[in-house]
Amino acid sequence: MAVSAKTLDKTEYFYGHKACAGCGGSLAVRVALKVLGQNAVAVIPAGCMSAVGFNYPQLCFGNNAIISTFAGTASMLTGVEAGLRAQGITDFHAVGFAGDGGTADIGLQALSGAIDRNDDILYICYDNEAYMNTGIQKSSLTPFGAKTTTTPAGKNIHGNLKQKKNMFEIVAAHGIPYAATASVGYINDFMRKVEKAKNIKGTKYIHVLAPCPTGWGIKTDETVESAKEVVDCGLWYLAEFENGEFTLNHRPKEFTPVENYLKTQSRFRHLTEEDIEIIKRSRDAKWEYINKNFN
Amino acid sequence: MAKQVLSGNEAFAYGVRLARPQVVSAYPITPQTIVVEKLSEFVEDGSLKSEFIHVESEHSALSCAMGASSVGARAFTATSSQGLLYMAECLPYAAGGRFPIVMMNANRSTALPWNIYGDQRDSLSQLDSGWIQAYAENAQEALDLALMSFYIAEHKKVSTPFMANLDGFILTHTYEVVDIPTQEQADEFLPKFETENKMSLTEPKNLGFSAGPDTNIFFKYKEHVGILNAKEAIDEAERKFEKIFGRSYTGLTESYKTEDAEYILVTLGSISGLVKEIVDKLREKGEKVGLLRIRYMRPFPNEEIAKALKNAKSAAVLEKDISFGNEGAVYTNVNSALQKAGINIPVSNYIGGLGGRNISAEEIESIFDDLKTEESAVRFIGIGGEADGSQRKNA
Repeated sequence: MAVSAKTLDKTEYFYGHKACAGCGGSLAVRVALKVLGQNAVAVIPAGCMSAVGFNYPQLCFGNNAIISTFAGTASMLTGVEAGLRAQGITDFHAVGFAGDGGTADIGLQALSGAIDRNDDILYICYDNEAYMNTGIQKSSLTPFGAKTTTTPAGKNIHGNLKQKKNMFEIVAAHGIPYAATASVGYINDFMRKVEKAKNIKGTKYIHVLAPCPTGWGIKTDETVESAKEVVDCGLWYLAEFENGEFTLNHRPKEFTPVENYLKTQSRFRHLTEEDIEIIKRSRDAKWEYINKNFN
Repeated sequence: MAKQVLSGNEAFAYGVRLARPQVVSAYPITPQTIVVEKLSEFVEDGSLKSEFIHVESEHSALSCAMGASSVGARAFTATSSQGLLYMAECLPYAAGGRFPIVMMNANRSTALPWNIYGDQRDSLSQLDSGWIQAYAENAQEALDLALMSFYIAEHKKVSTPFMANLDGFILTHTYEVVDIPTQEQADEFLPKFETENKMSLTEPKNLGFSAGPDTNIFFKYKEHVGILNAKEAIDEAERKFEKIFGRSYTGLTESYKTEDAEYILVTLGSISGLVKEIVDKLREKGEKVGLLRIRYMRPFPNEEIAKALKNAKSAAVLEKDISFGNEGAVYTNVNSALQKAGINIPVSNYIGGLGGRNISAEEIESIFDDLKTEESAVRFIGIGGEADGSQRKNA
């Protein structure tokens, strides 16, 4: 039976933590653990989820969980998986939850190593598009134009000048058994992908967009709406990579206006019409590529 | 037991195989490579049933070993020099997590300037990382240490990672006749790794957590007590080892003709073999000299050093290390031990062997000569320079 909100495990594995109200990352972790179940062994690097969930004596995971070094999510996952298997234990899921900085910046080398070895692990990147735990600094997954504390928006420079690193295709280029993009705004799609990854041998990677009200400057009840809107306006997409092929899972009939997505967030409020034009052009180029190369 | 001619690296690898680690994660670096090559061969020929993980860096090597240890698997890794420094973040992490990982470190100089040869600045720079640190003298001790290190690290009262140091090239690449114990003997010696400090499917745990200002010091105190307890565990391991294998070791230090010695040289690692020869030579001439070999830098042998040096007229510390801007780290530690014990004798520091520079028999003899002046000094040997930057008066 396909996993859905109705069939989802009622047990809470991640609760009592001190994440900000409306935290998209904690929603992704909570839901993924419900899909994976009690025998998930989670590795979480230094970052938001470890900062909010592991404060002795308030330890907030109902399943096995450990904080890794910032750079060491994937390598520690490898050790957990190998260590359990070496003891003849097989009914578990080694899962990592790392943020965008922990994945696309400092943790990329270890992740690449794990995919290269095809270790039997699931790596979930909850992407809130900046180093939120340290106070909203730019990561390589911060989108163009976003204001962060290290890419301030002033007269001369309008926030982040770089495009978001293409983690999904970087991971796919390794020839990984399964990779997917997702968004907490399309939670059923995300759950389906976790469920699918659960049953695939080898390395699995899911990149889930997870808004951060604190860092994005949205209301705490707008997380899911923003995470939906980003897909609907075409700035993010839901796709899978399997058997060497890319598949698009969701094609908006018509993009909603990019402005609607950007203008609700204070991190984009400074953008000029020209800036927004750049964003639209890069979105269109991306979709041209997707239409050409994805099933 | 079977006798074979083995290098220090190979001997250590045989010792590791006897300990049956369940996970080996390693990244190559000269002069450590032969250990991991040998272990790979053992995995290939089926004589070692171990998950061998080809990690992409030393940081991942230790991170992976921590992951394995955190679910109760016996884990081993090996490194050297730049590799040790690259994984440095993971050293206090493993110690704070109380993961009893064993790591061999091939002592090698650290860049810059680049140099692949042996000195002990790499491991001594990590003295405060919370790891047990042992220094082997020869290939036999390397093999025996490999086997004993798991016993000590995994001891219930210890639960602390163990760094076994072998001098780069001088020990790692030198061939000696080594007694290899049988697997049956090793199994009799080393119990299965059992710990409550692990994630388990039947009793889920949250490990590696944060502890704020109110509780942090309690965890750090327990960590300190754990490594102090290693002293007792080392003694226990060595007694059991002697019973089964017939070879004996002497705990945190080894005293060589120190009982009636007036002048004592304190050192560590493979240079001790040469110092013993010089001690014998000078003893034949009627000079009352001795050697105190430090086998463990952590836990530090405060009492043993005080006991061995208390009747000496003067002593010197010979080490392949310099804490820039001060003196050798071993010297600082030895002086602290003597001061706490109220022993006030002149102690000098001889810094040599950096970047693999040979320390000659003549240089060791001249240190014993210097000891008769009963002065305290810090000197770089073989270059005529005092550690305060001046030229040596009598050079």
